[in-house]
Amino acid sequence: MSALLEVRGLSVEFDLKDGAVSRVIDGLNFELAAGRTLGIVGESGCGKSMTALAIMRLVPVPPGRIAEGAIRLAGENLLDASEARMREVRGNDVSMIFQEPMTSLNPVYTIGDQIGETVRLHQGLSRRDARDRAIEMLRAVSIPAPEKRVDEYPHQLSGGMRQRVMIAMALACRPQVLIADEPTTALDVTVQAQIFDLLKELQQQTEAAVILITHDMGAIAEMAQRVVVMYAGRKVEEAPVDEMLTNPKHPYTRGLIACVPHLEADPALERPPLMEIPGVVPSVAELGRGGCPFAPRCAEAMDRCPQDMPPETAVGEDHTAACWLYSATEAAA
Amino acid sequence: MTGPAASAAANPPPDNLLEVRGLKVHFSLPRKGPFAPAPKVHAVDGVSFDTARGATLGLVGESGSGKTTTALAVMRLAPVTEGNILLNGQEIGPLSGEALRRQRRHMQIIFQDPYSSLNPRLRAGEIVRAPLDQLDVGDRESRDDRVAELFRLVGLRPEQQALFPHQFSGGQRQRIGVARALATQPDLIVCDEPVSALDVAIQAQILNLLRRLQEEFGLTYLFISHDLGVVQYMCDDVAVMYLGQVVEHADRVSLFREPLHPYTNALLSAVPSADPVLRDRASRIRLVGDPPSPIDPPPGCRFASRCPFAEERCRAEEPALRTIGEGHRVRCHLVSDDGVPPHRASN
Repeated sequence: MSALLEVRGLSVEFDLKDGAVSRVIDGLNFELAAGRTLGIVGESGCGKSMTALAIMRLVPVPPGRIAEGAIRLAGENLLDASEARMREVRGNDVSMIFQEPMTSLNPVYTIGDQIGETVRLHQGLSRRDARDRAIEMLRAVSIPAPEKRVDEYPHQLSGGMRQRVMIAMALACRPQVLIADEPTTALDVTVQAQIFDLLKELQQQTEAAVILITHDMGAIAEMAQRVVVMYAGRKVEEAPVDEMLTNPKHPYTRGLIACVPHLEADPALERPPLMEIPGVVPSVAELGRGGCPFAPRCAEAMDRCPQDMPPETAVGEDHTAACWLYSATEAAA
Repeated sequence: MTGPAASAAANPPPDNLLEVRGLKVHFSLPRKGPFAPAPKVHAVDGVSFDTARGATLGLVGESGSGKTTTALAVMRLAPVTEGNILLNGQEIGPLSGEALRRQRRHMQIIFQDPYSSLNPRLRAGEIVRAPLDQLDVGDRESRDDRVAELFRLVGLRPEQQALFPHQFSGGQRQRIGVARALATQPDLIVCDEPVSALDVAIQAQILNLLRRLQEEFGLTYLFISHDLGVVQYMCDDVAVMYLGQVVEHADRVSLFREPLHPYTNALLSAVPSADPVLRDRASRIRLVGDPPSPIDPPPGCRFASRCPFAEERCRAEEPALRTIGEGHRVRCHLVSDDGVPPHRASN
């Protein structure tokens, strides 16, 4: 299995107002094959969305910059690509579905114009052909009466339909990689289920690789084959989905799974108090102080945790975690 | 443990803190022409339920189902078009002015968004104290003590009273919201999506806090949420709403184990689950489309347009809310009298 998208040692830095530099993504590694889905989970402020922006080379410069690493799409390092080349890549090879379907559509253009713009730009289609393509895409995302809808404006559609339009737009050029950043958080569960079914179906047809960014472990279980758990800009754990859910190793991952009341197969079970993760995610200014960033919130923190950064360690077959609990090799300090 | 079963009885048992009967909230829209009748939004259309003292009733449904409007009407914060609301056995629907103000100390609300529901110009202590001042609870000194006590109760330090909302994290702000709701020692607290604006890791802190406070003070919660995992964790009874009506109402265990209404079943099967048992449940129903408009809702069953089992009769005749077995109420023609739901009858 060769990787379609490969992220190696990716670091993103931001200049802060006081002149300090904060590493919001620190040495991130993962890879993704065509037709597969990778889930990225973590709380807000853990660097999930920043990772997505980095892959699209959309990190705002300044104050931000991609400091280190490589992002290879089918072998080509996107960090070396020219801005002109990136414009070809964005929306064509790699595209993105944003969280808020209400705010990421332009209210003064019809949805047909907005879907058509992508294909006119990237594939040089005429206005008429672009419109036909837009109708075809709307049909593909099961919007009823697409010939009529294509001339409507975003405000005339419900939230679920707007998100379908976003998906239609993202998939219009048949991208190799689709990044879905919390694609269903603003939607009802019933609509979320429709959107997930649709994404899976379209993925099967187009063999796209999907990165699903979410904080919902249930969504990950349903959609992804592999999961990366991020905390404070670092990967803290990575494993296949079933392994991660049944055998989480990192205390943060265990907390994330246990702190949410999941629907139980047996509703008559006792309901003990939920596990709490005390405290909050470190702010940008607090990053990079050395040591494990999770240590201040970790119930199992040891003396060395606040001092030394734990390395990524194999904790099982195809399962890694960055935690001193599992690191047999004592750093020769 | 809790008794919606008794709702049909002529004399409602005194252990119900809140009783809602035939509640309707209709909003008029601007008329389309000079002679056209004004279209009406049937936001809440004939809702009845009881909430036992010390218990939690969950209201669930998609956005637009009327769950928040129901709660606001119970709080007398939305105009009641029709129906009765009894708090502690006293009718509060027709109250106004001073009489309503006196009742307000018995019912309080926790809002969804702790960012927009706290006045940014007031200090946290003033925010929590406001209901005591507004509703004339205690004297000046006892209010100071009460505010300090409330801060401790919700896990904040009393000296944090002097801070402004922006100096707190989201979870801490929601704690301020909880303290404010607790201030007047209410019997009923409406929790309107109290954790959906919070980060996953913070939700547990607030949910645990709400459960602890309920136990300590015997609070009754009307708990609104679209997250069925949270509802299963928090609630004793659950009412499922669709387009302004209750379509199913039962105790937690029956509702989650034996959902009767096709809509409830669809809602449950739409929840993405990490549990392989739940994921592989055979009776999965996928809903298509969106709910119809609450402006002049369709005749017959309101769910018929999205229901995979709908028959002729469903589109013509509106089903009544029937009681099946022990206090399990359901609004569906196709559920048999001995409680076999359509998704199992058809196999």
